[in-house]
Amino acid sequence: MAANDEPIIELRNIVKRFGNVEALSGVTMNVRKGEVLGLLGDNGAGKSTLVKTLAGVHDPDEGEIIVKGKPRKPWTPLAARDAGIETVFQDRALAPQHSIVTNIFMGREITNWLGLTQVRQQIDEANRLMREIGFTSKVFNPESTVGHLSGGERQGVAIARALYNQADVIVLDEPTTALSLTETQKVFRFVEAVKASGRTVIFIGHNIYHVWEIADRFFVIDRGREAFEGEKAQFKGADHLIEMMHQLAETGRADTATLKQPA
Amino acid sequence: MSDATPAAAKPPEADASAVDARREQSTWFRFYRRNGRALNAFITLVLVWGFFAVNNPVLFLNPIFYGAFLFSVPATVFLTTALVFVIVSGELDLAFPSVVGAAGGVFMYMVMNGFPVLGAFGLTLLFGAVIGLGIGLIVVYGRISSLVATLGLNFFILGIVNLLAQGRTITAPAAVDTFGYRLFVGKWELFGTGLQVPMHFVWCLVWTVFCWVLFKYHRFGVRVQLVGDNSDSARQMGINVERIRVGVFVFSGIAAAITGAVLVQMANMVWFPTSGKAYLLIALAALFVGGTPTWGGVGTIFGAFFGALTVTLIPSGAVAAGFAGFWTDFLFGLVIILTMIAHRFSGARVR
Ligand SMILES: Nc1ncnc2c1ncn2[C@@H]1O[C@H](COP(=O)(O)OP(=O)(O)OP(=O)(O)O)[C@@H](O)[C@H]1O
Ligand SMILES: [Mg+2]
Repeated sequence: MAANDEPIIELRNIVKRFGNVEALSGVTMNVRKGEVLGLLGDNGAGKSTLVKTLAGVHDPDEGEIIVKGKPRKPWTPLAARDAGIETVFQDRALAPQHSIVTNIFMGREITNWLGLTQVRQQIDEANRLMREIGFTSKVFNPESTVGHLSGGERQGVAIARALYNQADVIVLDEPTTALSLTETQKVFRFVEAVKASGRTVIFIGHNIYHVWEIADRFFVIDRGREAFEGEKAQFKGADHLIEMMHQLAETGRADTATLKQPA
Repeated sequence: MSDATPAAAKPPEADASAVDARREQSTWFRFYRRNGRALNAFITLVLVWGFFAVNNPVLFLNPIFYGAFLFSVPATVFLTTALVFVIVSGELDLAFPSVVGAAGGVFMYMVMNGFPVLGAFGLTLLFGAVIGLGIGLIVVYGRISSLVATLGLNFFILGIVNLLAQGRTITAPAAVDTFGYRLFVGKWELFGTGLQVPMHFVWCLVWTVFCWVLFKYHRFGVRVQLVGDNSDSARQMGINVERIRVGVFVFSGIAAAITGAVLVQMANMVWFPTSGKAYLLIALAALFVGGTPTWGGVGTIFGAFFGALTVTLIPSGAVAAGFAGFWTDFLFGLVIILTMIAHRFSGARVR
């Protein structure tokens, strides 16, 4: 693939507990620069927890987060964004009583030296972003209240926000659930554009055919542990991947011997 | 937007909105959507005023009545506008009355010892900010409900003030009519109308505009709203939620200190320990009559300003309009309940 082997993100032995639930029990995952990584697993496998740890929202109980070769500690949402990681969270992380612009610039307001937000500039920028991802309509504009938007439209706001910062890594936690066919195609085109510009995408989805279509590599987790991973070229096709995941769900492990040797 | 035709059926550039016959809401409708609560508060003020004026038209053309009104309204304005930040952030501050009293004491102690009024005022603001910081740190990092914590702290601070004051009042007649005093509470006549405008009313207008800019356009105010709307989202987007929460208590402390320093000057440089006590329920009533909802995330500074005017007008207006004093509580409650119902029409919480 276009990706080179230099990892942009290394997660080492991440352990995350919530009370006595161990959501992640030692996950090690590398993400290479310029690749689209498909992160797969059953409901409750720990995908969102892993992504939130990478985004600085959860502090891991054990393990290391290395971004661009540097171990990161302390690791906070602001540190993650400053390091060039933008996340579209599964819950979208929106403020429903506020406008689309306010949501797009949440935590990253364009301000002057006095700290006053530049309203005009933010609206123009929001308009540009929304056009860029084909997220336009006559019934809403950047000043519309997010709480009045449909589920898919809210997803558009979260994606526009992730796009704004020209981040090196964009993490999309189930970005296509609740989206219509056309909207899903828009998200795919968006992922391809991000990849074409040499940036990295982590993509979580339950529709394996969707993930298959856009990812270069797959990383599957199961009950808080890595189950298997593989390059797209190592699989015979999407059905092969699906078969392995079925196997995993039924027997607790997948037969990695069926994978071809990595190129 | 959610047009489900397959992507292949038309080129990607053909935006579905081009054939979308729906229209955006009209400008007026949008204006009401956005400012309805402040408008409701303004209409309430006009109606209350109109009701009293009809009952006693002569008095309600009397500049002396308005002079007294403008004299007493600023204290409530300072407190209520700052409370908007607290409530919008999703917290509650019941400790400000004790800070008003304490700050007034600190101010008077300095003035009594020969400090110039202006310098003492500056240090009093600093005192308010420090007390607010302490309250904020206890609430936020102690993870206590702000309702309970500030209720306790109100008694606690008032208790300390009482212990220090031992029932004494502080007076500083020498400071009356100094430059600083006239700057804060001096009066001037409005263009020969006979209406005496007190300086602290002018300052409360300046303060209200300042709060409005801070709330609506400054990064701090915007983040206060976002934290109150959905603190998890704000945190996930890298906003330091704890810092914002502490910040609103600091701001409330500063406003309480201003009020404390102004109240003692209004009383011609006399301070007694409980000088803020009367404002607890008044300021909260003004806030909610002013249209800031209880659930956090949104609020209105100008609404709070009109709310403060309304709650100040009711007691003095009722008496002036010839109602027996017993009526004021009744009218007060009636106005609060009716405006709450009016604000319902401006929309329930959006989720
Ligand atoms: N804040 C939390 N407190 C307690 N338990 C949590 C918390 N967040 C996640 N969990 C638990 O951790 C496990 C993994 O959750 P996670 O959200 O990461 O799953 P997921 O792989 O994203 O699933 P899905 O595909 O349904 O989104 C689940 O069992 C969940 O109940
Ligand atoms: Mg998830």
